[in-house]
Amino acid sequence: MIYEVFRQERKGQPYQHAGSIEAANDTFADVYAREQYGRRGESASLWIVARDSVIEIDEFVDELNRNYHRVDGYSLKEKLREARERAGTAAPAADR
Amino acid sequence: MNEQEQQLLLQIADDELILGWRDSEWTGIAPLLEEDVAFSSIAQNEIGHARALYELVARARGTTADGLAFDRAPNEYRNSRLVELRLLDWEKTIARHWLYEQADAVRLERLKRSDDPDVAGLAAKIDREEAYHRMHAEMWFERLKDEPRFTAALDELRPLLDEGREEHTAELDELWDEMTVVRRSQPAGTKW
Repeated sequence: MIYEVFRQERKGQPYQHAGSIEAANDTFADVYAREQYGRRGESASLWIVARDSVIEIDEFVDELNRNYHRVDGYSLKEKLREARERAGTAAPAADR
Repeated sequence: MNEQEQQLLLQIADDELILGWRDSEWTGIAPLLEEDVAFSSIAQNEIGHARALYELVARARGTTADGLAFDRAPNEYRNSRLVELRLLDWEKTIARHWLYEQADAVRLERLKRSDDPDVAGLAAKIDREEAYHRMHAEMWFERLKDEPRFTAALDELRPLLDEGREEHTAELDELWDEMTVVRRSQPAGTKW
C-alpha cells in the first residue's frame, strides 16, 4: 500500500506534503513515517493517509469558458498598485 | 564506577556494537526500501549506543571508546552469542531483533535505576531511542507470529540469550576481522 505523508513543521502551521511511503499496513506506515519524517525533531506532527483514501479531482469542466468567475482573476493588490501609480501616491509603509 | 559495573556496561556496549554491525549488513538489500531505511537507522542507533557506553567505561579506565571497541582481541568481547551470528534470512533477523529488544528493555529498566547518575541518565536516553526499535520489532512480530519459519527461528535463537558470554563462535572472529581491519592497517596510536 502507498501512503502519503504530510508534515507540520511547527504547531499552527499548515501541513505540507512530505512524500510517500510504501507499507504493508497502517502499523508499518506509522513506524516508517516516524522513521523518515518525524523522529529527528523535524516535524511537530504528521498526517499519514492511505493514497486510496485521497479524493483526487483532476478534470474540470468549463464548457462555456466562464473563467471570469475565477477567484484568481482579480488581484486587489495589483489594482491598488496601479491606482496609486495613477494618483501619484506611494503605498503606506505597512503595505509594501 | 567499580569493576563489576564496568563489566556490565561493556557487555551491553559489545552487544550493541556487534548487533549494529550485523543489522547494518541489511543496508541496501533489505526486502523493502522503507525497511532498508528503518533497519539501517536502527543499526546506526545501536552503534551510537555502544559508543556512548564505551565512553563511560573509557573514562573510568583512562582509555578511549575506540580503544575499547576496536583494540581488544575477539575473545575479550562479552557480547551475547545471539548478536554475533550472520543471519541473512529476514525471518531470523527479525526473530533476533525481537528477542534482543525484549531482553534489552529489561536490562535498560534496571540500568535506569542505577545509583550512578551518568549511567542512569545514559540508560534513559538510550531507552527513548529503543522505544522506536521496540515498536518496529513488535510490528514485525505481529505480522510474522503465525509463520512457521518465524516461530522456528524464535525457537532456534532464544536459547542463545542465556548462553555464556565468554565463549564465541567463529562468526565473531570473522566479524572482528572485518570490523577492525582498517584500524589495524595503521600503527597503534595513529590519529585518524
